[in-house]
Amino acid sequence: MMGDFFKGLLVMIWRVMTDQPDPKAEFLSVFPGGLQPLVSAVLSVSPIILVFATLFALTTWLERKGLGRIQNRLGPNRVGPYGLFQPIADGLKMLTKEDIVPRSADKVVHFLAPIAFLVPTLLAYAVLPYGRNLVPVNFDAGILFFFAVGASTELSIFMAGWSSRNKYSLLGAMRAIAQMISYEIPLILSSVTVIMIAGSLSLVEIVEQQGGYQFGWLPGWFVFTPWGLAGFVIFLIASLAESNRSPFDIPEAESELIAGHLTEYSGFKYALFFLAEYLGMFAVSGLAATLFLGGWRAPSPFLEWVPSYVWFLSKLVSLVCLFIWIRGTVPRLRVDQLLNFAWKFMLPMSLLNLLAAAAWHFTATWNFIGAGPGRWLLCAAMIAVPYVLLGRALTGGKKWTRRTYRFAE
Amino acid sequence: MLGEGILKGMAETARNFIGSYHDPERLTTVEFPEKRIPAKQNARNFPFLVYDGVDPDMGLRCVACQICEKECPPQCIYIVKDAAKKPDYLGKMQFQPKVFDIDVSVCMSCQICVEVCPFEAIKMDTDFELSNPDRFGGLLQDKHRLSRPNEYYHKIHPTEASEVDARLAAEKAKAEAKARADAEAKAKAAAAASTAKPANPPQPATAK
Amino acid sequence: MDSTVYAPESKYEILPKANADGAAEGELLEVAMGPHHPSTHGVFRMDVALDGEQVVKLKPVFGYLHRNHEKIAENTTYLGSMPYTDRLDYFCSMTNNWAYALSVEKLSGLQPPERAEYIRIITAELTRLVNHTCLVGFLLQDMGALGTPLMYAFRERETILDLFEALSGSRLMCNYMRFGGCRVDLSAEWIGQAKTAVERYPLFLDAFEKLLTENEILIARTQGIGVLPPELAVNAGITGPMLRASGVNYDIRKADRYGIYDRFNFRVPLGDHGDVYDRYMVRLLEMRESLKILDQALRDIPDGPIMDPKAKIRGFRPKAGEAYGRIEGPKGELGFYLISDGSANPYRYRVRPPSLINLTVLEDMCLGETVADVVVILGSVDIVLGEVDR
Repeated sequence: MMGDFFKGLLVMIWRVMTDQPDPKAEFLSVFPGGLQPLVSAVLSVSPIILVFATLFALTTWLERKGLGRIQNRLGPNRVGPYGLFQPIADGLKMLTKEDIVPRSADKVVHFLAPIAFLVPTLLAYAVLPYGRNLVPVNFDAGILFFFAVGASTELSIFMAGWSSRNKYSLLGAMRAIAQMISYEIPLILSSVTVIMIAGSLSLVEIVEQQGGYQFGWLPGWFVFTPWGLAGFVIFLIASLAESNRSPFDIPEAESELIAGHLTEYSGFKYALFFLAEYLGMFAVSGLAATLFLGGWRAPSPFLEWVPSYVWFLSKLVSLVCLFIWIRGTVPRLRVDQLLNFAWKFMLPMSLLNLLAAAAWHFTATWNFIGAGPGRWLLCAAMIAVPYVLLGRALTGGKKWTRRTYRFAE
Repeated sequence: MLGEGILKGMAETARNFIGSYHDPERLTTVEFPEKRIPAKQNARNFPFLVYDGVDPDMGLRCVACQICEKECPPQCIYIVKDAAKKPDYLGKMQFQPKVFDIDVSVCMSCQICVEVCPFEAIKMDTDFELSNPDRFGGLLQDKHRLSRPNEYYHKIHPTEASEVDARLAAEKAKAEAKARADAEAKAKAAAAASTAKPANPPQPATAK
Repeated sequence: MDSTVYAPESKYEILPKANADGAAEGELLEVAMGPHHPSTHGVFRMDVALDGEQVVKLKPVFGYLHRNHEKIAENTTYLGSMPYTDRLDYFCSMTNNWAYALSVEKLSGLQPPERAEYIRIITAELTRLVNHTCLVGFLLQDMGALGTPLMYAFRERETILDLFEALSGSRLMCNYMRFGGCRVDLSAEWIGQAKTAVERYPLFLDAFEKLLTENEILIARTQGIGVLPPELAVNAGITGPMLRASGVNYDIRKADRYGIYDRFNFRVPLGDHGDVYDRYMVRLLEMRESLKILDQALRDIPDGPIMDPKAKIRGFRPKAGEAYGRIEGPKGELGFYLISDGSANPYRYRVRPPSLINLTVLEDMCLGETVADVVVILGSVDIVLGEVDR
C-alpha cells in the first residue's frame, strides 16, 4: 500500500517533469474512488500556491535589486547571500506588526477586504495552462472566467476605502476604482482580438493554435502579427494599470496627500493586500504570455527539449522584469491624464485593433504574388496610421510643444 | 510620435543597469564599514589638542589663552586656567589649562578655533564615528580625551603638520639664535665690566 | 490683535466666508499638506482648500525651522556669523558665504585680490551646478519617478562635493570665504580634478536630458502648470530662475557685475511661458552656461595672494554705516543687509532669502490647479527651508 503510494507519487512527478499526458492517473488509483476528486483538486492547487508564493517572495527581492541597480546602487545585500533572505525578514516584520483597526471603522468589511482581494486572484490561476498537460481546470470559457474573477477584485478596493471611514481613503479608493474600470475595457478588447482569431474562449485551445513555425524559424505566436503586436502592447499597458503599478500607481504610492485605500491597514492585512496585488500581476502576465506569447511553447524547434512549464515561467518572469524596468524609469501620471489616456487613446486603438485583426483573418486566403508582405503592410497601416493621429490628438496642440529657448547676453 | 520619449528613457535606464555591473563609475557605492573611502587631506570633523613628545600633560601646546573660547560661535569650549605653569617648546614658562572641555554635540566644525589659535595647539580631527549611547555626557570631551600626539596629527594631515612643524622649528631656531646672541652680548658686557676700573660704576647691561 | 494672549489661528480661517445661501461652507475640503511631506522639501505646511480636485485657496505656513539666525548674529562677531550662513541654504554654502563676505567688504572697504575673485567664481558656479542638479532630481522624485533621476543626480553631485571637501574641509558647510578673500588656496592638483569634473559634466547632462526632456509623461505633467505671468513676478519681487523662466531678463551677474563676472562670456537663458517645464529647462540650460564659465575661470586663474593684506581675523571692527550686498544665488537674489555701529558685532543683520520671497506667489500659481500639481509647482519654486525660516 505504502509502496504503491510512493511509486505513484514518483511516477506522477516524473510525468509532470517530462510533459507527459495524464500524470495523475496512477497516483490517484491508490486512493478510494470517493476521495479521488478531492485528492486531484489538492494536487492541482498546492503546486500553484507553492510556486507562486515563492515567486512572490523572489519578485520582491528581484524588484529591490533591480531598482537598485537601475539607480546605480546595490539593492539589499546584507540578509543572506545577495540579500536573498530579505523577503523572509520582510515577512517576519509584517507578521509581527500590530494590527490597528480604526475605532469607527466598519469591522466586518474592513476584515473581509483583503480576503476579498486575495481569493478571486487565486481563483484566476485555475485556468492558465502552465505546461503541455498542466492546466488545473480546462474550461471551455477559460478567458471569460479569468476576467470575471479578475474584475471582482476591484470590489475589494472599494470595500477597503469605504470601511476605513476616512475621507481620504474613500477618495483614494474612488480614484483607484475609476482607474481600474477604465482600463478593464482595453484589456478585454485586446484579448477579444485573440479570441476572435483563435475562435475559442478556451485558453488551452488558444495555445494550441499558436503552434508551428513560419519560414522554419519564426514561431507562430500571435505577437508576431501586426494586430498581435499592437494587442500585446495594449494588453501590457492595461495590465500595468490593473495591477496598480507605475506609472499608474496613484492608489498605492504616496499619492500626494491622499494616502489611498490602504491607509488604515497595517501588519498582516497589509501583507495580504501586497501579496494579492503581486499575485494579480503574475496572473495577468501569465495571461499575456498565454494569449500572445504562445504560452508554454518553445521559441525555436531546436529548443523543444526544454520542458514546457520552464518556458511558461520564463516568459512570465521576463514580463515581470519588464514591469520592474518600467517602474524604475517612468514618473507617475496624474489621475485625469490617466483616465484621458484610457478613454481617448487606448479604447479607440483597441477597437481599431479588432478591425485590423479581422482584416488579417479575411486576407488569409490571398494567394497572389506579394500576398504575404501585402497582408502585413495592410494590417500594419491599419494600426500605425490611427496611432500617429490619435497620438497627435492626445498631445493636442496647446500643451505638449517642443520648445526652444532664447538667450540674453 | 507618442511613446518615443519613454522608450529613450528606458534605454538610458537599461544602460545604467548593465553599466552598474562592470563600470565602476556607474556604481559608486562603497560598502561601509567593510570598505572605506580614504579621508581627504583637508577634511575636518571635530577639534583635538596637539601635544609634542610622549607626555600629554607636559607636551601640550595649549597655553589656555582662551582665544578659541571667545571666538567659538556656538560657545562649545570651556577652559579653566591652571595656576601652575609649565615650559613650552621654547622653554618659556606658560600657563596650561586645568580643564579644557569641548561639547562635541554643540560644536559645528567651523574651524574658527583652529584659525585663531596663535600657538598651533588645537587642530581638526577627521574621526567621525563618535556615536555614544550616553546622551547626557557622552559627547562632552575633556582634555584627556582631546589630547593627541603630534604623530597622529602628521598621520591625518601630513602637509599641514609638516608646515606647522617647519614653522615651529623655525621659531625655535630663531629663538635659540637670539638667545645665543643675547648670551654673547651679556658675556661681552660682563667681560667689559670685569676688565673696567673698579672705581667706575659698572655699565648697565645692554638692553636685550 | 491687541490682546496679549496669542491665540492660535482657527483651523477654518482659510475658508472663505459663507455667502448668503450658506453654500460655501461644507463644500470645500480643507487639507493640510502637513509638515511631514512625502516630497523632500523640509518642514513646510500648506493649508489648502479644495473644491473637488481644484485648489481654491492655499496658505503656506512656515517657521518650523526658525533658528534665530539674525538675532544670533547680533551677538556674534562678524567672523562668527560666517559658519551660520553656511546653514541658511544648506545646499549652497559657498554662495551664502560669498554674499555675506560681499556685504561685509562693502561695509568695511576691503578688496579681495584677483586670485580670490577667480576662486570665488569657480566655487559659486560649482555650487550652482550642485543646486540645479539636486533640484532636477527632486522635481522628478516629486512626480513619482521613484528616485531614479534623483540617484543619478546625487551621483554627479558627489564629484563636486568631493572637490569642496578637498578644498575647504567639509562637503556642505564649507565656511570658506573670508572678508577680503578666501581661507585656503587651491592647489594645482585641485584645479586638475576640477577640470576633469567639469569635462565630465556635460555627459551627465546629456544622459539626463535623454532620460527626461522628451519624456511624454514629464511633459504632460509640467507644461502649462503653475504659470507665473511676468508682471506678477516683477511686482512680487521674484528673482532667479523663476523670474527668467517667465521671460524677464534680469540676472544680477549681468546687472551688478559683482566680482569679476564681466570678464566671462556667458548667456542667460529665458523662458516664454513661465510654467514648470520652463523653470526646469531654464535650470538645465543655466547649468550648461555655468560649465562655460567654469571652463574659462579654470583656464585663466592667475597666481597671487588670496587675502587682502588689510584684513584682520580677530578684532575686526568695521566703521559705522550700512551696506547691502547681493549675489545671484542659485535660487535667486541672496542679499545681506548689515548695519554696523563700530563694534565687533553687527547692530542689525538681515538676510534677504530668495526662497521665502519666491514662495509668496505660490497661491497665485496654484489656483485652479489640481492637488497633484501643487506638489510639482512647489518643487519647481526650489525652496530650502533653512533659507525660508532662517
